[in-house]
Amino acid sequence: MVITDETIEYVGILAKLELSDEAREQAKKDMSNMLDYVSKLNELDTDNVPAMSHAFPVKNVFREDAVTNGDDREQLLSNAPEQKDGCYKVPKTFD
Amino acid sequence: MEISKLTAVELGKKIKSGELKVTDVTKAYLDRIEKLEKDIKAFVTVDAENAMEQAKEIQGKIDSGELSSPLAGVPVAIKDNMCTEGMLTSCSSKILSNFIPTYTADAVLALKSAGTVIIGKTNMDEFAMGSTSETSYYGATKNPWDLSKVPGGSSGGSAAAVAAELAPYALGSDTGGSIRQPAAFCGVTGIKPTYGRVSRYGLIAYGSSLDQIGPIAKDVTDCAAILEIICRHDPKDSTSYNENMDYIGDGITDKGSDFMSALVDDVKGMKIGIPRDYFGEGIDEDVKKNVLAAADILREKGAVIEEFDLGMVEYAIPAYYIIASAEASSNLERFDGVKYGYRTAEYNDLHNMYKKSRSEGFGPEVQRRIMLGSFVLSSGYYDAYYVKALKTKALIKKAFDDAFAKYDVILGPVAPTTAPKIGESLSDPLKMYLGDIYTVSVNLAGIPGISLPCGFDKNGMPVGLQLLGQTFDEKSVIRAAYSFECSRKYERPALLAERGL
Repeated sequence: MVITDETIEYVGILAKLELSDEAREQAKKDMSNMLDYVSKLNELDTDNVPAMSHAFPVKNVFREDAVTNGDDREQLLSNAPEQKDGCYKVPKTFD
Repeated sequence: MEISKLTAVELGKKIKSGELKVTDVTKAYLDRIEKLEKDIKAFVTVDAENAMEQAKEIQGKIDSGELSSPLAGVPVAIKDNMCTEGMLTSCSSKILSNFIPTYTADAVLALKSAGTVIIGKTNMDEFAMGSTSETSYYGATKNPWDLSKVPGGSSGGSAAAVAAELAPYALGSDTGGSIRQPAAFCGVTGIKPTYGRVSRYGLIAYGSSLDQIGPIAKDVTDCAAILEIICRHDPKDSTSYNENMDYIGDGITDKGSDFMSALVDDVKGMKIGIPRDYFGEGIDEDVKKNVLAAADILREKGAVIEEFDLGMVEYAIPAYYIIASAEASSNLERFDGVKYGYRTAEYNDLHNMYKKSRSEGFGPEVQRRIMLGSFVLSSGYYDAYYVKALKTKALIKKAFDDAFAKYDVILGPVAPTTAPKIGESLSDPLKMYLGDIYTVSVNLAGIPGISLPCGFDKNGMPVGLQLLGQTFDEKSVIRAAYSFECSRKYERPALLAERGL
């Protein structure tokens, strides 16, 4: 499958990655090779096979909706690249 | 007596009897790290001071009788994708190169409660994406059997640390072979448990439906002892096993998690199948020879061994890379330069900050998988790729179910070759992926597998034997592996004797 500039641009938006011109050309090539390879799955007739997300049958697990953790705001914020007034600081998002 | 030649369980016994002190054992390993680490590069972090403090505290608790597990006082190395409170957890990535977790992974907590000393965090492929440990932001780990070769991956640092006796045992994680393949390449033993046996809480996610934590050690006994400790129900991971099995549907039998009871040298009547399709094109002759010789030994011990056609072997890698990349692209969305980790220096708005932080913070292999995953999940391609892979997974699981209706254990190689040279694999990603042919299907099917040494190739590099069992039947795998292991002795890399270590 040929990966066009438009496709790689779109994937870059979904993946939130910014590629240099050189990296973009390499990414087009790598993705094209990989998609050609995985298209091997088309040899399989899977029309009547249900998609399997979990490898064995599982049931939902419920628990009481109760708070068990304490206030760890300070520790959590200590990993933030930037913080202000007890909050994560991000670039201006709305005008 | 040389401390480092002992296994973890042997060390635990000598500590318990008072013959060895926890501080002396810990110091012995820290000294070895001091001497060998510059050549092996198995660790991202070694915190000697902290390890010695833990050792003193744990010795006190052993003396008072508070701690009595088989591994109390024994040091351990932890793969750097498991969170350790207050200690750098980088996933060998630039994007987490400043991340100090505020909590500890459940598997590590279980080891801490059992009184083990955490000696450091081991190097790995960035975000566990790779089969050579070369994609680490901190540089490649070397194979102790030949420093010009890779230790395998992604848990390459953990396997190399155990082989070089920089730690008596380690934790690794396995998404598509990342415990079993490096164990094979480094001549040590590793178990990937059934999906759900060990909590994934605090394990930085790669492919959530495939990831499992497991032990890497010198022998099967150590692996069984470690697994008994880390296998426990954790309400913080809804897929974690519990004794009532109330999250599991019909038709699944739990053979028990008393793994040490399976350390029995007896395979009489055990039915073992060898997939013919594991020995086709691409497998190295020396690997084939050693693995089949291991089967002969089990046959001599009374196992009933026959060849069969497993099927679906060639479809496992394409299905795996679609599913793992899709899950990775979703899991790695959280790394955005806001709450933790690396943030780019200059940016002009929020989206530009996200994109620049991620592009500068992730290495090429991680970006490649995020992009592939984003593509196969995108509107218009979702059914053709992602759903197709999930249907293929169902067929792979069925192939294993059919096999386990006839056999207790499946026997085969871990990888088609022994460890390649450093630098050989990165130029052609697809070629590297093909080396995962015998391991990835195990994760897709959620079943347990062990990798243990079974011989050497003509260059003296270790060859691994892989044994697989049905869901929640680690015990058959451990029993077969232990029986085989009783027929040979553990070999140390020549480097250690050369260096007088």
